[in-house]
Amino acid sequence: MAEQKTVKFIITRQDSPDSAPYEETFNVPYRKNMNVISGLMAIRENPVNANGEKTTPVYWDMNCLEEVCGACSMVINGTARQSCAALVDELEQPIRLEPMSTFPVVRDLIIDRERMFDALKQVKAWIPIDGTHDLGPGPRMPEKKRQWAYELSKCMTCGVCLEACPNVNDKSDFIGPAAISQARLFNAHPTGEMNASERLEGLMEDGGVTGCGNAQNCVQVCPKGIPLTTSIAAMNRATNIQSFKNFFGSDNAH
Amino acid sequence: MAEHREYFYRRLHSLLGVIPIGIFLIQHLVVNHFAVYGPESFNKAASFMHDLPFRIVLETVIIFLPILFHAILGVYIVFVTRNNIKRYGFFRNWMFYLQRVTGIITLIFISWHVWETRVQIGLGNADLDYSLMESILTNPFMFWFYVVGVISTVFHFANGLWSFMVSWGFAQSPRSQKIVTYATLIVFLAVSYIGIRSLITFAYGV
Repeated sequence: MAEQKTVKFIITRQDSPDSAPYEETFNVPYRKNMNVISGLMAIRENPVNANGEKTTPVYWDMNCLEEVCGACSMVINGTARQSCAALVDELEQPIRLEPMSTFPVVRDLIIDRERMFDALKQVKAWIPIDGTHDLGPGPRMPEKKRQWAYELSKCMTCGVCLEACPNVNDKSDFIGPAAISQARLFNAHPTGEMNASERLEGLMEDGGVTGCGNAQNCVQVCPKGIPLTTSIAAMNRATNIQSFKNFFGSDNAH
Repeated sequence: MAEHREYFYRRLHSLLGVIPIGIFLIQHLVVNHFAVYGPESFNKAASFMHDLPFRIVLETVIIFLPILFHAILGVYIVFVTRNNIKRYGFFRNWMFYLQRVTGIITLIFISWHVWETRVQIGLGNADLDYSLMESILTNPFMFWFYVVGVISTVFHFANGLWSFMVSWGFAQSPRSQKIVTYATLIVFLAVSYIGIRSLITFAYGV
């Protein structure tokens, strides 16, 4: 009983955006119910690797610690997921941590998800209600629609769907499933619907909805269970109808 | 259109794969099936197709240009993908991967097939009849090359029909997409049978 149980972490590290990645192994004291983040915190407390050498603490990103912010996504034992929700007891050892390969690495496990936020700008994933006077209450939303739209609103821009998508990579400018689903969310909103065409036009720009090749990994890996492929098909339909309206003309092309 | 060029090309790519290329593929394999009823039956059907009015225009507009466009953009699409079936071995990801593999096989097969038949006939080196196909397919290597080529082409068409249904927004719900998967599986089996059946007749006379 004298010997303390440890957890072995093999972490892919990178000192700066341009430097070469390397692996470093750490043995962390086991604690009951620990998750990957508490393991990383233990490394930060005592940054000594498995060879007993003192090293720099491993950098990672985190925020809410309850799987709603999306900041702590990383590839854990080959699967992209949130490190806060990855319990050590449920993982095979040694635990391998890598940054998500789709995104540029900032340092160690921190990646830059800026392409996701650029994609949200491209599809105008917001509702423009700013005005100089009180516009009064907006139109009501059918309850049934609210229920499925609520599921779409759970997206936390965590990047797991982009990591799993074979068409999101350094050779393509495909915006990925998350932003397509967000365009659907804001077009489903009764006030957002008033600017529906602007979001559809965004989806028709380069890297838009036609970048999807229907590999459908996204819907399998989404930690929030968002029906991403349903959203993509819905936006395929909506952009097609919009392009016909644009070409042939329509009074309802707003 | 000019402002959404990529969007337009990708939608056109999806459409052309079904109309007219997919329709042509089925028509081609069905006409080939006349071979099963005897060389004369095949020759009659082939010369009917050969003697259609405006044949060169029909071939160019319905076959050559659409396939050329579909092939060029298709090769580009293959190159901007990073396949990840090892990490994400889901059924649809495999279909996505196979769609790209069969696309390349089909391009090689069709290029060879057109060179060997349509181009040689056009140059006057061969005649469009049963014996041309018989002489090609009695070679066992070519027989298997054609079997692989036909199955790959039909798979690419059937699976492409599925993604056409999704890309054009017909099948939106997961349930409808699943049923379209089964429907396109039946298309794959039925059209493959029609194609392979005539290859067997050309090669073995049965």
